[in-house]
Amino acid sequence: MNMDILIHAQKRKKRSVKLILLVSVLLVLVFVISLNTGRYSIAPLEVWQTLMGNGSRKQNIVLFDLRLPRMIIAVFIGAGLAISGAILQGISRNGLSDPGILGINAGAGLAVLLFVSLYPATSLAPPFLMPFLALVGAGLTALLIYALSYKKGQGISPTRLLLSGIAVGAGISALTVILILQLNPRNFEFVVTWQMGSLWGANWKFVIALLPWMVILLPYVYLKSRTMNILSMNEQISGGLGLSINRERLVLLAAAVGLAASSVATGGGIGFVGLLGPHIARRIVGPQHQYMLPLTALVGALLVLTGDTIGRSIMENTEVPAGVVISLLGGPYFIYLLMRSKD
Amino acid sequence: MTKVISNTPIRTRPWAAVIIILVGAAAIVLGLGASIVTGVANISFSTVWDSVFSYDLNNEHHVIIHSIRMPRALAGALVGTAFAVAGAIMQGMTRNPIADTGLLGINAGAGFVLVLVFAFAPWLPFKHIILFSFIGAGLGAGLVFSIAYFSKGGRMTPLRLVLAGAVVGSLLTGLSQALSLLFQINYDLAFWSAGGVSTAEWFQVSVMLPWIVGGLIVAILISRSITVLSLGEDVAAGLGQRTKWVKAMGTIVVMVLTGASVSTVGGVAFIGLIVPHIVRFLVGVDYRWIIPCSAVLGGVLVVFADIGAKMIAMPYETPLGSIIAVIGVPFFLYLARQERRELS
Repeated sequence: MNMDILIHAQKRKKRSVKLILLVSVLLVLVFVISLNTGRYSIAPLEVWQTLMGNGSRKQNIVLFDLRLPRMIIAVFIGAGLAISGAILQGISRNGLSDPGILGINAGAGLAVLLFVSLYPATSLAPPFLMPFLALVGAGLTALLIYALSYKKGQGISPTRLLLSGIAVGAGISALTVILILQLNPRNFEFVVTWQMGSLWGANWKFVIALLPWMVILLPYVYLKSRTMNILSMNEQISGGLGLSINRERLVLLAAAVGLAASSVATGGGIGFVGLLGPHIARRIVGPQHQYMLPLTALVGALLVLTGDTIGRSIMENTEVPAGVVISLLGGPYFIYLLMRSKD
Repeated sequence: MTKVISNTPIRTRPWAAVIIILVGAAAIVLGLGASIVTGVANISFSTVWDSVFSYDLNNEHHVIIHSIRMPRALAGALVGTAFAVAGAIMQGMTRNPIADTGLLGINAGAGFVLVLVFAFAPWLPFKHIILFSFIGAGLGAGLVFSIAYFSKGGRMTPLRLVLAGAVVGSLLTGLSQALSLLFQINYDLAFWSAGGVSTAEWFQVSVMLPWIVGGLIVAILISRSITVLSLGEDVAAGLGQRTKWVKAMGTIVVMVLTGASVSTVGGVAFIGLIVPHIVRFLVGVDYRWIIPCSAVLGGVLVVFADIGAKMIAMPYETPLGSIIAVIGVPFFLYLARQERRELS
């Protein structure tokens, strides 16, 4: 009997690793396709030659200065937002949580915008500063929502969490609109496009600004996957297993906020990734976080990269922001989830 | 039928309602006057008086009063009335305390169809555009309510409606944004979608007016049926009401009121949430009183909020939708905390 369980776990592990590898291959494939696509298309062989250092000047600029940083950012942002969503869903025990729906992305955006409108001279805040600004905004928003949905004796009710998140998000959007309309038309265009989640204009500086956040937070969350398994159980059980629930929850919430904030600072308001990533991953490998989390990151990266690639190649003369493409895919999925949920 | 209603223990205070309507009407008149006097150009009351009774085409101030400030003030009163009554009807019909045209995706539906019209048929006259806005409002409402209705478990819980509204809203807004980027109608659209009466003109007011007045009249005519419906569908059917017919009429009124308002000022949320709640607190649960009182107080709210929109950052405009949201969000949060009692 014991053997059976062990063999079963072994099989499950093997299968999950296989699936994770499969999605990784898919991501590499999309990455290659994305490198080729764009207004100036470069054949796969030429891409290879350019990467090896034998490209023409134009090919060098397009690949190294424009496309590559943008795609790396897409991968990071996708992973960051998806993991952030996975954490939020885990600690709120609610499958509909997502940094976008809960207003955390909006809070991060407002902080960045506030800085841009207070110091219009710098019009674009230095890239490395942006994530910190966003962190302040996202952190305050998260605390506000947490406090609003907390009731003594009952803890956090998922319903109240979502309603508070939507309301706070609406309030922040209102403030954002007030600020945006006072910008001059040039900054206005930039901010509106950024808000919709466009990766246009991404360069290596942003990659470097984003890198430390991802390199520290993503592995950290992975190390916490056991804790998250326990947290997603019933509150009594997790407490009974000797976990200091509130502390672990706050630490993980901080990680989720950090991931969402740094992603929003770089890529703007891309919604639904935090919702779709974990759900798709859970459907493929099940709820065990040690398998589900890596897959969530991969699926998130795949989503944003695909969304951005579609967005910049679908129209002849203009770009559709990745955030818009993803919300057109993600919205219907959310509706599907909503219709299936029982409460 | 009247007897049945009066026998049921419904808490209602007609005298409070009469006071609200009288004081509210006076406040609207006062607010309209104050709104016309406030603005970047310094205009005195006596000039306003003159411009009404001895209009001088060569007087710059008279022209400003007539062509900019009057339509703006009137549009504010009208849309405030319309959004508030639409909210009251929806709250009564769905027995859902968190019903508002902005929160449930109806404004977004109207806005989306309007963007389509601006992108593909900008030459259409406004009196035709407004019809598309009605259709859009119906589209938004249809999407949100069918999502909530066809969900597993089948109960239209407030949470489900609000979530469906949020997602349908963000989907339609995303589509609108993509379209407006493609057709480069972005900057104008931003202010408009934020909600503002600053650009309202006479031709819009004159097209919108009959629709809103008509909607109000129908709303008052069906108000008694809505009171019955708000007791529960089973009760209403048991009392011999044709609930489907009442619901259909109510939905059409909501579509017309919302569509007309959105076509002129864009999507302003929370009016339909705040006003009926305050009114219900003051006058009780009878919609024969709630609807007219909501109409009056909705007008008061928007007229004064719009004066705020002019004054907060003069000479810049602050979007009306944002001002109302700043009031509305705490209100919403308060309602969300009441969930044990009202939401389930």
